Amino acid sequence: MSSEFTPTEMMTIAAARALTSDDVCFVGIGAPSAACNVARLTHAPDITLIYESGTIGTKPDVLPLSIGDGELCDTALCTVSVPEMFRYWLQGGRITTGFLGGAQIDRFANLNTTVVGEYDQPKVRLPGGGGAPEIASNCGQIYITMALSKRGFVDHLDFITSMGHGEGGDHRKRLGMTTKGPTRVITDMCVFEPDPVTKELSVGSIHKGVSRSQIEENCGWPVRFSPNLTETPVPTEREISVLRDINARTKKAHEAA
Amino acid sequence: MARICTLSEAIEENVRDGDTLAMEGFTHLIPYAAGHEIIRQGRKELFLVRMTPDLIYDQLIGVGAARGMKFSWGGNPGVGSLHRFRDAVENQWPRPLEIEEHSHAAMANAYEAGAANLPFATLRGYIGADLAKVNPNIKSVTCPFTGEVLAAVPSIRPDVSIIHAQRADRKGNVLIEGIAGVQKEAVLAAKRSVVTVEEIVDELDPPSPNAVILPTWAISSVVHVPGGAFPSYAHGYYPRSNAFYIAWDKVARDRDSFTAWIKENVLAGTPADFARHVTKRAANAA
Repeated sequence: MSSEFTPTEMMTIAAARALTSDDVCFVGIGAPSAACNVARLTHAPDITLIYESGTIGTKPDVLPLSIGDGELCDTALCTVSVPEMFRYWLQGGRITTGFLGGAQIDRFANLNTTVVGEYDQPKVRLPGGGGAPEIASNCGQIYITMALSKRGFVDHLDFITSMGHGEGGDHRKRLGMTTKGPTRVITDMCVFEPDPVTKELSVGSIHKGVSRSQIEENCGWPVRFSPNLTETPVPTEREISVLRDINARTKKAHEAA
Repeated sequence: MARICTLSEAIEENVRDGDTLAMEGFTHLIPYAAGHEIIRQGRKELFLVRMTPDLIYDQLIGVGAARGMKFSWGGNPGVGSLHRFRDAVENQWPRPLEIEEHSHAAMANAYEAGAANLPFATLRGYIGADLAKVNPNIKSVTCPFTGEVLAAVPSIRPDVSIIHAQRADRKGNVLIEGIAGVQKEAVLAAKRSVVTVEEIVDELDPPSPNAVILPTWAISSVVHVPGGAFPSYAHGYYPRSNAFYIAWDKVARDRDSFTAWIKENVLAGTPADFARHVTKRAANAA
């Protein structure tokens, strides 16, 4: 067991553990990309990683800064065009798991990466949805990873970029979606899971050294805790060393280019 | 047949004030040299189309060349905001920018529909997403066979599309390798097209009969611009300059530093300036 790890390392490793070798995973840039590659380099060597630039079965040695870095293409089984990626592979229902991050999330795991404030007169113009709206609806299930903070975990979203569980309950089903939507939200303090009926997120496991009140103080809505609350297992030596190695290789590569 | 000419001639002949202009390349093969030439020639009132505006449209927006933009993800990948884009949307500087925002899936489908000479694209998209509420160009159609309601968006039909590729032969047939994005669709959807290339060779020598090739008769102009995709990359030639993308954040954050950068590197520059990025980076590309 490793005694020393940062909250961000715990988040990435907890997210990595959610993945298996059977997953075909549509990977977002940033924290999702780190988690997916740690999974590939530890317990899920046969996982298929797909980036929306068209790279299928990619095995990057360093984490990409952008979704279409050459490293992704160089190490992929094959590379297809972007229309083919979205039409045949994503909309075609071939992806088991989509991995998303976001600027803001609400209690039903809807995400906002578009605007803060009014759409037409935004206070902050964020990058927008990219692939997320259709990743959210077409993948078998969605994992979300983002650091817990009052700014990010908000009571009300100004804009729903990609739908999680909407208004809760059977909202996805009512809109005709047959996929599960977000099944796990992995943060640097805890892991949330949606209630089976209401679909409201509740804390299923808390990372070591984090208190309930810390989670409540950093979340913009009144937090629910699962009756079966557990403590997240701490990172193993191997998980930590794989994560630190890939981060070090990545930092070196990005500064050099 | 494509005309093989200089970059200044190609932009002069194909890009006009007020045009709908698509410059594509999904992280890879972004036609930066052509973007700089458009700025030097002072094109105005352009309606820009691109899935990921990237630094190339941050530059065109920042100099005030664009009246509007259709896009699906407007950030500096892995770094943060496109500050010139944000300044235009949040503060209307240097002029207001009309935006038409989509998802990647919708943009990719719309390019493909344009290449297929169809009026619109249909996809299982935007379900529960607010973009459909703020973009009147996101509508729906009902499948005449199953009754399923699907999203519909207009096809993309640019006046002119510009892309960068690895090689052309002396007739102007073009080979694209690596992440091919929506470049083929963008060229085939457009009325006119310009392709800048790393090399012009005697024989194209495609690596496979299924290689991504654009025949010369489907292209308006082909231009030899080595390094023309810098700071993005050309697979097999030079890597992406992630360091430039990171440094751009500081350049573009401030109006004065951006304007000074454009003056020094674009207005006082030439297409030949891009070649130095190939030389400097050749060792890294191997």
